[in-house]
Amino acid sequence: MTLIAESDLQSFVLLRLGDRRFAVAATQIAELVPPSRVFRFPHHTSDVEGVILRRGRIVPVCDVAEKLIGKGLKSRRFYLIAQRRYGAQTEWVALPVTGDCELINAEMTLPSDTDAPHVSGWLSHAGDVIEVLNLAALTPGPSDIAAVTTPLQPLEARP
Amino acid sequence: MRPNYPIKSPAPRTEQIILFRVSGQLFAVSSASVQEVRGVDSLSGAAKEISQPSLRKVKHVVRRGENSVYVVNAAMHFGLPPAPPALVFVLRQTRTALLIDGIEKMTSMSRLQALPLAFCHEERGWYRGLTTLDQSVVPVVKPDGFLTPEELFLLDASLSNEAEAEAEVSRIAEDNAQHGIDTSMAQ
Repeated sequence: MTLIAESDLQSFVLLRLGDRRFAVAATQIAELVPPSRVFRFPHHTSDVEGVILRRGRIVPVCDVAEKLIGKGLKSRRFYLIAQRRYGAQTEWVALPVTGDCELINAEMTLPSDTDAPHVSGWLSHAGDVIEVLNLAALTPGPSDIAAVTTPLQPLEARP
Repeated sequence: MRPNYPIKSPAPRTEQIILFRVSGQLFAVSSASVQEVRGVDSLSGAAKEISQPSLRKVKHVVRRGENSVYVVNAAMHFGLPPAPPALVFVLRQTRTALLIDGIEKMTSMSRLQALPLAFCHEERGWYRGLTTLDQSVVPVVKPDGFLTPEELFLLDASLSNEAEAEAEVSRIAEDNAQHGIDTSMAQ
C-alpha cells in the first residue's frame, strides 16, 4: 500500500460532460451557477457561443464538449465559472456542464509528451482515470499570449 | 460640533449612445461618432456604384468634399442574414457610411467592459467592448472597425482604376470624334 503525503494532495473539481468526467484545479474555479440567458452577437470565434451576465460581469460561454467528447451538449445543467489565464491577465469563462460537480482531493500525475495539450495531468478517482484540464489550451484566446498553467488564486469565495 | 452631511459620490461618467438594429441584432454606437443619419433613399442620387469582388459589403461610394466615403452594408459586415436597410449612419472621422435597419433608441451607458479575451478573431476589431442595458448585453461598435486600412486601400485602388478606365474611354471617344471631324474635312 502506498501512502500519499498530504502535501501531494491537491483539490480538484470534477465536472461531467455527457458520460465522461474531467477535472479542473479547484483554485481555478470561481463558482457553479445554474444556466442563465446567453447573449449572442456576431463574432468569428467558433468555441464561444455567447456571454452570460454574472455578478455584474460579462462572462464568455465556452462549450468545450465538442473538443473533449466529440459532440456538443444538447442540455446543460450548470455553468462552471473558471478562471482562464491570458499571460499575466486572468478572466472568467463559463463552461457548460451536464451534471453535478464534485470537489475531491487527489494526487495528480503529470502528463506525458504524447498527451493532448489540453491535458495538464491525470487523476485516479473511484476507479476512473480522469483528465485534468488545461483551460488555457482548451478555451480560445489570442495566440500571441503564452498559455501559463500555474494554478490561480480564486477571485472570490464559492457559495 | 460639525453637522453630519451626507457624502455624495460623484455621478458616474456616462456616454451617449445610439442603439440600432441590423437584421434583428442590437448594436450600440457612440452618438459622438455619428455625424449624420440619413434615409437610404437620400443616398441614391449621390452614391456611385463600386465593384470590389473581395469586398461584397461595399457596393457604393459617396463623394464628400475631398474624400470618398464607402457605404458598408452592416448585415454583410457582421455575417448576418440580409435585411433591407432603411437608414445610413455617416460615421465621423472615418470614411465609412453604415447601412442599418433602424434606430432603436438613444440612451446612455455608464460602463463599457472590454471584449473578453476569449473572443480572439475579427470581432476584436469590430467592437470597442460590451455594455449592459436593462439586463441585456449589447456590443458597442468601433466606428473605424468596418473597413480596415487594407480594405480602404483596395477600395481606393478600385476607385482609381475605375476613374482611369473612365478617363481612357472618354479620351478614346474624344479621339474618335476628332478623327471623324478630320475625315469629314478631308472629304
